[in-house]
This record gives sequence, structure tokens and C-alpha cells, in this order.
Amino acid sequence: MPHLENTVLCRESQVSTLQSLFGERHHFSFPSIFIYGHTASGKTYVTQTLLKTSELPHVFVNCVECFTIRLLLEQILNKLTHYSSEDDCSTQMSCDTFNDFVRLFKQVTNVEGLKDQTVYIVLDKAEYLRDMEANLLPGFLRLQELTDRNVTVLFLSEIVWEKFRPNAGCFEPFVLYFPDYSIGNLQKILSHDHPPEHSADFYAAYINILLGVFYTVCRDLKELRHLAVLNFPKYCEPVVKGEASERDTRKLWRNIEPHLKKAMQTVYLREISSSQWEKIQKDDIDPGQLKGLSAYTHVELPYYSKFILIAAYLASYNPTRTDKRFFLKHHGKIKKTNFLKKHEKTSNHLLGPKSFPLDRLLAILYSIVDSRVAPTANIFSQITSLVTLQLLALVGHDDQLDGPKYKCTVSLDFIRAIARTVNFDIIKYLYDFL
Amino acid sequence: MATSSVSKGCFVFKPNFKRRKISVPVEDYFNKGKSVSEDSKLRFETYQLIWQQMKSETEQLQEELNKNLFDNLTEFLQKSHSGFQKNSRDWSCQIKLREIPVAALVLGVNVTDHDLTFRSLTETLQNNVTPYVVSLQAKDCPDVKHVLQKLASQLVGCGVAAESKAEQRTQVSQKRECCSMDFLSSWYRNATQKKIDPKLPSKKRTLSSHWQSPPVVLILKDLESFTTKVLQDFLIISSQHRHEFPLILIFGIATSPIIIHRLLPHAVSSLLCIELFQSLSCKEHLTTVLEKLLLTTQFPFKLSEKVLQILTNIFLYHDFSIKNFIKGLQLSLLEHFYSQPLSVLCCSLPEAKRRINFLSDDQCENIRRLPSFRRYVENQTSEKQIALLTNERFLKEQAQSLLENLHVYHTNYFLVLRCLHKFTCSLPKYPLGRQIRELYCTCLEKNPWESEEYASTLQLLRMLAKDELAIILQKCLAVLKSSSGTQLGSTAQRIEEFLAQFQSLDAEAREEEDASGSQSKGLQKTDLYHLQKSLLEMKELRRTSRKQNEFEVLREKVVDFVDSLVREFLLPPETQPLHEVMYFSAAHPLREHLNAAPRIALHTALNNPYYYLKNEALKSEEGCIPNIAPDICIAYKLHLECSRLINLVDWSEAFATVVTAAEMNASSTVSEEMDEVIHARFIRAVSELELLGFIKPTKQKTDHVTRLTWGGC
Repeated sequence: MPHLENTVLCRESQVSTLQSLFGERHHFSFPSIFIYGHTASGKTYVTQTLLKTSELPHVFVNCVECFTIRLLLEQILNKLTHYSSEDDCSTQMSCDTFNDFVRLFKQVTNVEGLKDQTVYIVLDKAEYLRDMEANLLPGFLRLQELTDRNVTVLFLSEIVWEKFRPNAGCFEPFVLYFPDYSIGNLQKILSHDHPPEHSADFYAAYINILLGVFYTVCRDLKELRHLAVLNFPKYCEPVVKGEASERDTRKLWRNIEPHLKKAMQTVYLREISSSQWEKIQKDDIDPGQLKGLSAYTHVELPYYSKFILIAAYLASYNPTRTDKRFFLKHHGKIKKTNFLKKHEKTSNHLLGPKSFPLDRLLAILYSIVDSRVAPTANIFSQITSLVTLQLLALVGHDDQLDGPKYKCTVSLDFIRAIARTVNFDIIKYLYDFL
Repeated sequence: MATSSVSKGCFVFKPNFKRRKISVPVEDYFNKGKSVSEDSKLRFETYQLIWQQMKSETEQLQEELNKNLFDNLTEFLQKSHSGFQKNSRDWSCQIKLREIPVAALVLGVNVTDHDLTFRSLTETLQNNVTPYVVSLQAKDCPDVKHVLQKLASQLVGCGVAAESKAEQRTQVSQKRECCSMDFLSSWYRNATQKKIDPKLPSKKRTLSSHWQSPPVVLILKDLESFTTKVLQDFLIISSQHRHEFPLILIFGIATSPIIIHRLLPHAVSSLLCIELFQSLSCKEHLTTVLEKLLLTTQFPFKLSEKVLQILTNIFLYHDFSIKNFIKGLQLSLLEHFYSQPLSVLCCSLPEAKRRINFLSDDQCENIRRLPSFRRYVENQTSEKQIALLTNERFLKEQAQSLLENLHVYHTNYFLVLRCLHKFTCSLPKYPLGRQIRELYCTCLEKNPWESEEYASTLQLLRMLAKDELAIILQKCLAVLKSSSGTQLGSTAQRIEEFLAQFQSLDAEAREEEDASGSQSKGLQKTDLYHLQKSLLEMKELRRTSRKQNEFEVLREKVVDFVDSLVREFLLPPETQPLHEVMYFSAAHPLREHLNAAPRIALHTALNNPYYYLKNEALKSEEGCIPNIAPDICIAYKLHLECSRLINLVDWSEAFATVVTAAEMNASSTVSEEMDEVIHARFIRAVSELELLGFIKPTKQKTDHVTRLTWGGC
């Protein structure tokens, strides 16, 4: 099949394994095949192209979309009926259980087009099957046996088979691994889809530079292709302007290299969107001017919310026993070493926030705010709204009314910025920095 | 209700329809139960009128403020959808199409205001971009199934509205259980194909006629509350169907856009094309609202310093919510018209003058009772005093002129206030506040020139450079010119004169510079030593002749002029007779209503039952517990004396002692039956306290309960 070789690159061995597994049209194939490999290693693409080009009867289902078993089963059945009958019949099957599915599947495949050849069911993102009913995965694994039909189920997943195997045991599928593309493979595949207006060599040189920059951080083919498309106009710029010829690789490299490095910090991380990136390229703006998403860390809060957040931070990161030391006027001298138990001596910031009861939060709040704060409804609703903003987190759910417990989820930098706006020296109150 | 039946049993009473129909008209509540009318109806109508005006003003304001943001958003949506529209076979477009356009809309932490913004956003988008606008909240979306269901039902709702197809609705109700993305995309195909059909001349079609396939805009109102998994799965699914279902997302973000990265892993965020949009800061919003509603003569209603302080404090300290601020303003407006009988005069000047003529005797008496009016009377000659206190007609005439004065006072007041703000807002450290509202509060409170801050402001003003001063004066001139009235015409003239003088100074200065330039030329030829010497000499010379140059004199004049303006026009409203008509000053009820303190109220109720029950027998001194108080109060007071763990036995003993204190005197023996009753009462009181959340059972110690509250409240 010369056509297949042109469209599927660098996966020759996997294709031939699959082809030999499938055998002739009327042969019974292996009941279930499990294909796994890293993101963008061509699992979906290879199976889809293989089934399509050899015109085998198949159903392709993405399990992310099927959040109920019913959706999954009905989708398979409906697609199969669509296969067998040429005219667009609108009879929708309804199927709730796997048992029904087996029965209906027998019916559906008992037609002229499907009877004497292998039917393939491809379940993409098969890891979602694990979250569904327990009988589903084992059932699909031995579908051939259950239905007594010539059917093969292909599972595509990014996770190894060992993580799938149910406790009760099951039929073992044929496991096929798709290894990651090597840099040479990536080069070959990416160069393959060059734009028609430029020569293949010119584009291949560009891909070479691109991979030189990005290969260390990203091996995702999709992402690389996206980046290649985004930055190609910039690469062509000198050629279009007439400053360099297509052969002048050195000059082109000097032009594109810093640009790509910038792209790695911004558009690759989705700090700025690809359309904004294109605009930058077109108008020749300095990318430093456009701030990414992470640059906007500042959150404006009401005055008391700031103090509530500070109090929550102190309560989360200071041991309870030290409250006396920080918030009482005549606390006496407490030495850090003798005062605490052994486990409290390690940095609390390394251990992460601890939960604290509401009363402790309020007590700290009253002592850090200069003016007198009345415990009004507004203060309490502010605590709740901080929870909805995910700056505080509610811990545990059973004791909501009597003694709710919270955790502070903001970072030290964030809280320092907040504390600075209200002239509160938070470092002085943190036990870790004593 | 009585029955004529002799037997015991349940009886059905049908509601009495006649009684229900007699509903009290709202304005009657303004009567305060008094028989005298005191124009209650008129007052209510005036209230409604002013509130309507204020409301429409704020709505208009909000629209204006959001306009910029919405325009940007619309542009983004149109641009990002154009790629889908072209459907080009272009090499790069094919790959880019996979990304879902996302507008990250940072709205600030005032979540209560977001609803309004989203509502008007939806409206704008429906008018300009696409009929298919859907908004979802996190609480409706516990899993992907619900997301798709909500999306489908709302979308088909849009379609029905646009095309009025009843059959579609039935189709959906059948499909409700399994709304998959396939269903949505096939629905979309059908809906858009129908659109192309020229037989349907619907209104929406003409609006979005330049688009055969409008995008579907999904607004996620509170991104922070969405769970990671739901969002991830939904984004993966919709990116796979992007080519047949052109979805565009709008994320409503309250905190900061980093939350996107926190919620979504790179594998998912790489499916998005995120652009950031920021709404106006809510503090600026407040400033504009105040400017439009209070710092203007358009509305006669004004707030006193304390009330304004309460409202702004709730805003700045607690919620940042414009909606709540306007609600507070509405409450004070209502409270003013409700509690002040003379508020009937709180309307436009000609109308108020007309109304004065129809005032009843009671109302005249009310005028006489006003403290500000009494002060005014005391300063008059004795004949006039008598006339004011006895002659109704004379009083009315005087009141008319007083109201007119008040009106003029306000016009001048706000102009001068704005001018003063122009001076103070650029000073270092802002001694009188940066925002005009802070300045307004200071001026309302007392005579502004008596404060220390004012003195330091003047001092700073005396140090301003020439160009700064000129710019400020120009701004002031613009403020004064903007008003239609001619009250401050002379002031504007004075400022113009000042400006002219500055310009002439400039010209002179240039000449002087030329002169000094020639002098310096002479210096150049000497050696270094001489140069130093001559420079020192010049410095000496300048110090000794530290006479004020012309600019300094002029600056002094300007500052004095500003000072005189302030002293003349920025008198606090309390000095004006009849100010009570327009100023609402009852800060206490407002605070009670807006900043409720449930814990304190509960504590008062339990600690001092007299406060609410008004039973004379319950009146007691601090610290002692009357035995006739409700059981829960006794239990509560006793529990206040305990530490964290409360021994139930001790508590019950103490309870019994208090309750039986009175009877003990009469008969020393307490019967067993009595004891049981007291025991039952104690248990009930304790369980009530547990229900209220003061104590809870503990497993740390047997027969103990834990105290959950601390302190006096």
C-alpha cells in the first residue's frame, strides 16, 4: 500500500504489526488490542488511517465524550447501523446495559455488509473506561467471545496496561507500544507538511532550527507543529523583504533564533495567545511590552478582607502554641529552640498550610487590626467569599455550623504584597522567619 | 378562630378572601401611625421619583463604563470567529483552528456586581455578535454531563426564541437525558442551515446577517469555583468538535488570571487561545457613581458626613460592591423621606417653593422646630423673630428664600470643591485625600480650614512650581466654565487674570534669562578659582536679597485666593438653615440595617433579655441573674462563667439554684417533682444553646460539653 506509506511516517513497524494482526478481511483477528504510548505518538492517527485506507468496517469512539455508559454503547451501535444501511435511517437505538449491548450488537452485525468480515471498535482515551461501570472493560476485552461475532476492540491510551487490569482478572489483550518519536522522526514528520509556496528544503532547514530550540522542552508533535506554523512567517521575513536568499541559512538563523527563544517563554506556555503572538510578529512590537497572564498577580481586596487573609496566613503557618508569643503584650521571652517540639522545628513553609478553626482566625484578626472590629455579618460573609475565591479553603465538611476549619492557600509572595498595602510587616509575625 | 362544633378535631379554615383584598397602600406606611398626614403620600411619591431618576442615572453610568470593555470583547469575538468563517484551506489556518478562543475577563472581587455586568454583556453580544449566548455557573456544573445538558437546554432555548419552533422544544425534552456533543453539533448544523433559508425574515437574522454561522458564546461566570476535571474534560471534548461547533469561551475571573494555569494543565491550556480583558477598578467606579449622584445639584437629596462615611466604609472595608452601595443609598433615601416630615420639600427648587405654599400648620411647626432654623431665628431682630414664630405667611416666604439660598449654596459648594480638589489631588502625600470623596467628607465634617491637613495643604501649595500652578488654574477655569450658572463669574475672571499674569511673567523671565546669559558669558573667561569665587559671591547675593520675586508674590496671591474661596463657600451644611430638609443624617439606623451584627444581637438577647422583651421585672443590674428570666438566658449567663469544658452536673446545680432562689426563701424543701421539672427545663435550655451553636458535646471528658464562643460577643 504505497498510499499508506506516504501518509503514515516513521511508524512502519507498528503498521505492519497491526496489519498482520488484522489479517484478511474475513479472518478472525485478536479479540482485543491495547495500544499505548505517550501523547502525540501517533496512536489515533495510525489506527484511523490504517482502518480508513484499507476500508475496514470500524467504529471510532472517543471515551472523553461518553460520560455515561449509555452514551458510549449507543454511539457504537448507532454508528454500526449507519454503516450497514446505506440510507440515513433515523431509528436511534436505546441501550442502557452491557447485556443489552451484546444482544443488540448481534442484531446489528447480522447484516450483509458486516457479517463476513471483522468489525473494529476503536475506543480512544480508554483510561476513561476505568471510571465507568466495572463490567465495561472486561466486557469489551472479550466482546468477540460474548457476541460470537467477528469483532476486534482496539483500546488507545496513554497509560500502560498494568494500570488497567481489574482486580478480578480479565482477558489479556494484545499489548502494542508506540514509542516516542526520535528527533529524526520529528524532523521528518514536521518537514513533511511544508507550505506549498516554499521549497521542502527551505522548510526542513527551518524545522531544524525550531527543533534545536524546542526539543529540550517539548517533544509533543502537535505543539511543535503549532509552534512551527506560528513562527514560520517571521522566518520567511528576510526572504520576502529580499534581504536574504532561501539558501542563506546563517542569516535566517540569526534572525529567528532569539524570536523562538522568546516564544518558548510566552506563547508556548500560553502566557499570551497565539493570535496576540501573530499580531506582535506582524506589527513588529517588542514582545516584552505585552504582559503575559502571570504578570497580573495583583488582586484588589477590601480592607478587612486583606486582614482576614493575613490572619488566615498566620494561623496556617504558625504553630498554635506560638500565638501567645506574637499576639500577647507581655509574653515573656520564649526561645525558639527549647520552646517547640521536634517536629515543629522544621520550616512550616516546607510543610504547607495547616488547618485552623474559625475562632483562632477571628482572635488573630482582632489583634492585628488597629481599630476595633465588630464581628458583623459582613466580616463573616467576607470569610465565605474568600473561600469562593479560593484564597481560603474549607477543610472537612461535617462540622460546618459548630466549628468550621480553614486553610490559607495563598503563597508567601502574594501575602507579602497584600500586607505591604496595609503597612503590616508580616515577616515579623511569622514563626519561620524569627 | 372559633368553630361552632362541640367535638375536638381538625377543622379546615378557608382563607378569608375579603380580608386579603384590603391591602395597605405603600405610601400609608409613611404615616408612622400618626393621624396627621404630614404629606406622607407626597413624600412617598417624591421618594419614588428621585429614586427612579437616580436608578436610571446609575444604569446609564454603568453602561458607559462598561462600553469600552464590551467593545473590546466584541471585537475579539468577531476577530477570532472570522477564522472559522473563512473556512479557508489555508495551510496555517487548518492547524490554528484547533484552538478554542477564550476571553479571560478579570472583573475584580466584587462578585455581587458581576451578575449585572454579565447580563448586559449577554445583551450586547446577542445584539452584535450572535444569538447563541449561554452562561453557566459552577454550582450548576458538578460534572460534564450537567455542563452539556445546561448548555444544550439554554442553546435550544435561544434557537426557539430566534425561530419560534415549538417542535424543537419537544425534541429536546426527549433528549434531555443524553445530551452529547454530537447532539449539539447536529443541532447547530440544523439551526444554522435554517438561518440561511431566506424565507425566514426574523429580526435576529438581520442583525447577524453577515454571518451564516454565528459562533456559540459560552460564559463561565465564576471560573474559580469550577472543578478542574469538569473543565478539562469539557475543553477537550469541545476542542475536538471545534470544526463543527464553533465555541468561544468567556471566563469570568474574580481574582487573577493565574487561576487559569492553576486549574488547567498544559495539555489542556494548549488547546486554548487566551486573551485577557480587564474591567474598570471598582474604586474608580465608586468615584464616578458618587460624582454623578451626590456631588451634583441634579438631585436635591444629600448625605451627611457620617452617613457617607458609613456607606463608603462598607464599600472599602467589606465588599467593594457597587450594587450594595447603591442599595445603601436607596435605603438612606427611603429612610430620609420616611423619618423627616419636611423631606416633602426635598425636590427641585421651583417645585419646593410651590409646595411651601401648601404646607399645613403642623408642617410649619415642624419647620420652627428644626435646630438649624431655630439658630437662624435667634440671629434675627426681635420683630422678625416674632413674625417668624407667629406669622405663617411670613414664615413661608422666609422659608422660600432660605431654600433658594440653600440651592445657591450647593451650586457654589460643588464648584469650589472641585476646584479645591484640582489643587489637592496632585500634592505629595495627599494631605486632604486623593479622591474627591475624601475631600468631600472632610469638608462636610467641619470647617475645612480648621484642620491641620488644610494648613499643610496650603503650605504645600505655596511651594508649587509655576507650570504646575498654571495647569491647575487652567483646570479650575474649565470646571468653573462648565457650570451654566453665573454665581462664580467673578471667580472665573480672577483666575483668568492670574493666568494672564503668569504668561506675562513668562515673557519677562525670558528677557531676564537673556540678560543673565550675557552675564555668564563674562564669567567663562576667568579661571577655575575665580569662577568658584564669583559663584559663591552670587550665591551670597541671592541669599541676602531673598526678596520675593514676582512669581512668588503672585503665587502667594493665588493661594490666598483659594483660601478665601474655601472660607467663603465650603462652609459645612450644618451652618445652613433648613439643611435638614435635604441632608440625611441618621447614621445609626443605617448602620444597624447595613452592617448587621448577629453575634452581638444574640448576646444582647441572651444576656439582657429586657432589651428585647421590655418586661420591667427583667430589669437587672450588671452581673446578677434574675430567676424569672427565660431558662435559656439563665443557662447562657451561667455558661459564660465557665472555661472551655463545662461540667454538666455543676451547670445543672447552678441552674437549679438560680431558678429556685425565690422559692427557697418561702419553703426550704424542694419537692422531688419540682426537681424533675427543673431538670427538664435545664436540659431544654442546654439543647437550645447547642442549637444556637454555643456549645457542643465532646468526647474528651464524660458529662462535659465544649464551649464554642469566646469573649463578650
